[in-house]
Amino acid sequence: MKSEWVIAFIIFLLLFIKVGTEMKNDQLLSLVQILLLVNFIAGFFFNETGSLFGGLFTTNTLMVFQKSVLNLGVYLISLLFSGWLKKSEHMPEFFILMLSALLGMFFMISSGNLLMFFLSLELSTIPVAAMANFDLEKKVSSEAAMKMILSSAFSSGILLFGISLIYGTTGTISFAEIPALLNGSPLQILAFVFLFTAFAFKLSIVPFHLWTADVYEGAPIAVTAFLSVISKGSIAFILITALYKVFAPMQEAWYNMVMLLSIITMIVGNLFALRQQNIKRFLAFSSIAQVGFILVGLSSNSIQGVSSVVYFILIYVFSNLAAFAVAGVIAQQTGKENIGDYKGLYQTNPFISWILALALFSLAGIPPTAGFFGKLFLITAGASKGNYFFITVAALNLVISLYYYLRVIRAVFMDKNEHPVEKILLDPPVKLGMIICAAAILLVGLLSWIYDYITSLIM
Amino acid sequence: MMEPGLYHLLFVSTALFFIGVYGFFTRRNLVTMLMSIELILNSVNINFIAFNKYLWPHKMDGLFFSIFVIAIAAAEAAVAIAIIINLYRSHQSIDVERAEEMKF
Repeated sequence: MKSEWVIAFIIFLLLFIKVGTEMKNDQLLSLVQILLLVNFIAGFFFNETGSLFGGLFTTNTLMVFQKSVLNLGVYLISLLFSGWLKKSEHMPEFFILMLSALLGMFFMISSGNLLMFFLSLELSTIPVAAMANFDLEKKVSSEAAMKMILSSAFSSGILLFGISLIYGTTGTISFAEIPALLNGSPLQILAFVFLFTAFAFKLSIVPFHLWTADVYEGAPIAVTAFLSVISKGSIAFILITALYKVFAPMQEAWYNMVMLLSIITMIVGNLFALRQQNIKRFLAFSSIAQVGFILVGLSSNSIQGVSSVVYFILIYVFSNLAAFAVAGVIAQQTGKENIGDYKGLYQTNPFISWILALALFSLAGIPPTAGFFGKLFLITAGASKGNYFFITVAALNLVISLYYYLRVIRAVFMDKNEHPVEKILLDPPVKLGMIICAAAILLVGLLSWIYDYITSLIM
Repeated sequence: MMEPGLYHLLFVSTALFFIGVYGFFTRRNLVTMLMSIELILNSVNINFIAFNKYLWPHKMDGLFFSIFVIAIAAAEAAVAIAIIINLYRSHQSIDVERAEEMKF
């Protein structure tokens, strides 16, 4: 319960500061950054395990680690987008909404009951829709928010219908009691399909991914980063619990579903990423393809599956946030979002070019970077089932993805441009955030104890 | 006259669900789409209460769930309407076909 208390405390503090004082954005931003850093560090101490409220809320060491990953992501967002945040008129509201969503995600990870799960899922998506509309005067921003709220409301309707069928067939909504009562009757399989559809909407797995690119493009870039890293990470964490614990008896049914969706997701995500010109849409489709790889690891239904997914999301936080940060500072200072405008970036801005290159190498999975180890463990975990057709498709998709990541890197480093993006001055917090991301991309893969530590948490 | 049983109620709720889904896909007016989502959520409420009354009368989970669904639906509608009003200010329309700055 401690991490939730800390977040709730910060939310109330920000509310009081917003209402009661006339603090300048600069000061407030540094205060929030310090608070979030304290919050991240506090995540490692005084952790208890067990359950509360008659099983509504459960926690264990793995969940604590997952929450720390999300805390770290939020802290990095507050650093990396400080240029944009300082100029924003409503900065305290941005953090209040973001932290409320984070609070929802914490409860979602810890939920031990379908009611708690549903409530916290809504708490984690409704504020994000409001955040997507943060550039109030921009048309695309409100369009993105509209698409996000309608698709999330529709998906929660489907989720609820699935939950009601599960309640009807088993008579319970507790995660601990459901597995014993599942017998694989057609109605229960239908309920599972409805539930999985809702997860697929939130994770943007392929037949349900249509909102993703539009929302990512229209929303302010800090919100896009939050949506693609933190929201997705939290949903992937709870999907582990749902598939491995709650629906464990229906393993045969969900394995084929996950495999099929994973193949389609990787292929469609990659093919659409090939033709994107806008960097935010490009990163949106690349993140869809990454979710396909997460599903490869998830399909294994083993301890290795859990640890590889958690490890991959840790790496994904760093690499995707670094890529979004570079896109963010360029869009903030020059208004350019097209990959064509990035030509010759290296001549004027070598530092952010290297950050972008590292991030994209890590997303593509090229050896010295952490992304390689993340993908390696995911695919090894998936291969433990012995379905080599599936693994071959995944490996081939890695090759396709390499092509479009390298296309951006070629534009940055090799293409000539007479009017490249001018020299960009970075704020100290942004620079600090980028250095943290770059160091983590290089080190997380090489420090093998991190993976072992995650594996040791799963008991 | 026949007493309505579980199957009758489930028939009504499932019909309501699919009417909602159909409305969500075919209507082009944002407020009507929001109303279709309300239909879906209300069909779920009927489902929960019917299951609670006929199948599991001693477990009150279904009733509580439907109360929370109503509350969440209100919160969702509030945020959605705020967003739609903001969209109306910039587009002068609440037709989804007009909100298409971004494609493919």
